[in-house]
Amino acid sequence: MTTITARSAGQGSPAASAAIATEDLRKTYKSSRGDVEAVRGIGLDIPQGEFFGLLGPNGAGKSTTIGMLTTLVAPTGGRAWVAGHDVTRDTVAVKRRIGVVTQNNTLDMQLTVAENLEYRSRFFGLPKAVAARRAAQLIEAFGLGDRKNAMADQLSGGQARRLMIARALVHQPDVLFLDEPTAGLDPQTRVNLWEILRVLHSRGQTILLTTHYMEEAEALCDRIAVVDHGRVLAEGTLDQLLADSGAQTVVTVRFEEQVPDGLDEESGLAGRPGVGRVEADGDQLRVFASDSEGLLGDLIGLGTKCGLHVRDAVQAKPSLETAFLALTGREYRE
Amino acid sequence: MAVNLRGDGSPTPPTARPTAKTAVIPDARANGAAGTGAADAPVPEAVAALITDAPVPHPTLLKTFGAMMAREFRVLGRNAPSTFIRAVMQPLLFAFVFAYVLPKIGSGFSTGSAGAGANATGVSFATILVPGLMGSMFLMQGMFGTTMPLVMEFSWQRTIEDRALAPVPIRVLAVQKITAGAIQAFIGAAIVFPVVYWVHAPGQGPHVHVSNWFLLLVVMVFASTLTAAMGLWLGTVVDPRKIQMIFAVVLLPATMLGCVYYPWSALHVIRWLQILVLINPMVYMTEGLRAALTPQLGHMALWAILLVLVGGTFVFGALAARTFRNRVVN
Repeated sequence: MTTITARSAGQGSPAASAAIATEDLRKTYKSSRGDVEAVRGIGLDIPQGEFFGLLGPNGAGKSTTIGMLTTLVAPTGGRAWVAGHDVTRDTVAVKRRIGVVTQNNTLDMQLTVAENLEYRSRFFGLPKAVAARRAAQLIEAFGLGDRKNAMADQLSGGQARRLMIARALVHQPDVLFLDEPTAGLDPQTRVNLWEILRVLHSRGQTILLTTHYMEEAEALCDRIAVVDHGRVLAEGTLDQLLADSGAQTVVTVRFEEQVPDGLDEESGLAGRPGVGRVEADGDQLRVFASDSEGLLGDLIGLGTKCGLHVRDAVQAKPSLETAFLALTGREYRE
Repeated sequence: MAVNLRGDGSPTPPTARPTAKTAVIPDARANGAAGTGAADAPVPEAVAALITDAPVPHPTLLKTFGAMMAREFRVLGRNAPSTFIRAVMQPLLFAFVFAYVLPKIGSGFSTGSAGAGANATGVSFATILVPGLMGSMFLMQGMFGTTMPLVMEFSWQRTIEDRALAPVPIRVLAVQKITAGAIQAFIGAAIVFPVVYWVHAPGQGPHVHVSNWFLLLVVMVFASTLTAAMGLWLGTVVDPRKIQMIFAVVLLPATMLGCVYYPWSALHVIRWLQILVLINPMVYMTEGLRAALTPQLGHMALWAILLVLVGGTFVFGALAARTFRNRVVN
């Protein structure tokens, strides 16, 4: 199978220009029961300041990819650069420039909330007093003030995840890696975290997020790479992904009365650029289009001209779920 | 008329699906933050300020190493009562039984020819026991101090990743763990002195004379570092779930055959055993301590002691750094 990469063309040296760049990145785990190809040649090119999503089901290779980019997993093939540094040859420089929120709770359970932040700050060379101030600032910003003296193992799932994000930010990283940051959290906590991430991104923070929640990728990411079985299946903005996958927007208008016979053919909409087909179905008039600009108004106007009264109207954009279906030929499995 | 923008294609869906352009993220604080409480919701302005107001870090290997050690002392301090009890119980019980109970009940405890020699020169069994107990403490505390944290750090949560992401090579983290274990071992062994000084039957106190402080320091430093390095090596090659096996397979035989209760020279009557125990690093620790603390009792050749303690520290240190890195980096 041909490897599809998420690399933009003609962008020069990956080490110099991108926040994250990979070339044919591979990871094969050896085991007595046979080799497991977790990542099979992934290419990424993520500019600074971008919120990039790796979307795929469990076992797709997302966490292994993040592991390689954060120096915790050794690649078995290809190359990768983070903030201009090779992840295999210059691991210390990479670690200086990244913040990582892993999928598991890797907080230091023998320390309090404040100590987790203070010692992480000191690991990155901040003097003790500065580290304490930075910890207090992070605790306040992340709403952990009333838990600052609690041991890390006494936090709820949402609090622990917020502390992990705070901890990843102590040293002002160039790139923030988030591996399934909202997995297992309740909807409200998830929304809280989304808000944090949106604010961080709005301030120019480069973020690489892995998720198996489609709505999360849709809501947060500038660009998305759909990953499955260790490969990038497609990459781009949401609109590009949907367009590439052939998914179309469906504009439906429901009237109080039955749609007259032949109105779908007489409407003239079928000949417009970007419009796939027009169909009348009882009291509904439906249009499938890759470019839905102005279609809703046109349909309502058409019905009104024929003496119909509008009861309801829907513009259903194609979703990542339909795109995934189109790309893989099978249902999305979380 | 109701105009809906949703993604499931039906005119009247029960729920709406957000998209990149249409997703509405509710305000967490305005919603009352059910489940987390509005009070502990993050403050966006403060989060934004974290980026603009962030201090510029200047990590160096030394600063990071120092911070890791500071973290270690913080944890040790927090667990001080349990750490102290763990460190003091073994020498206390040993000294109580061997230096107090047995002499009191007149068991006629014999140390063989070495013991006879010791008795002939008026040396109590406690005197023989001090270096042995210290060696035993090195092994217990050094290995305990490095292997036990690994059980949690390499469990499924892999909390080791917290420090593995610190801006230093992984081998520096290994050296830090060995250093922390060695300090625990050093303190654990030093605790033996006051214990045996206070706990003994009348006339059975140890007669310890440090003839060479430098030698004592060298032996103690390398013995504690060697045991910590061995602990890290074993802790990274053995499955964390089977870590208890180390105590049965390694610690117990090493202690029982480590010349704790008798000098190595006394084993000459069982020649095959005297040669066999040479594979036990603990023999060199106890014999080194005898050379520094009770030279009057005789000891193994110094060159052999120092060769194994110093060489073993570097060999096991290198091995441990390698296996530790292999465990941290998949």
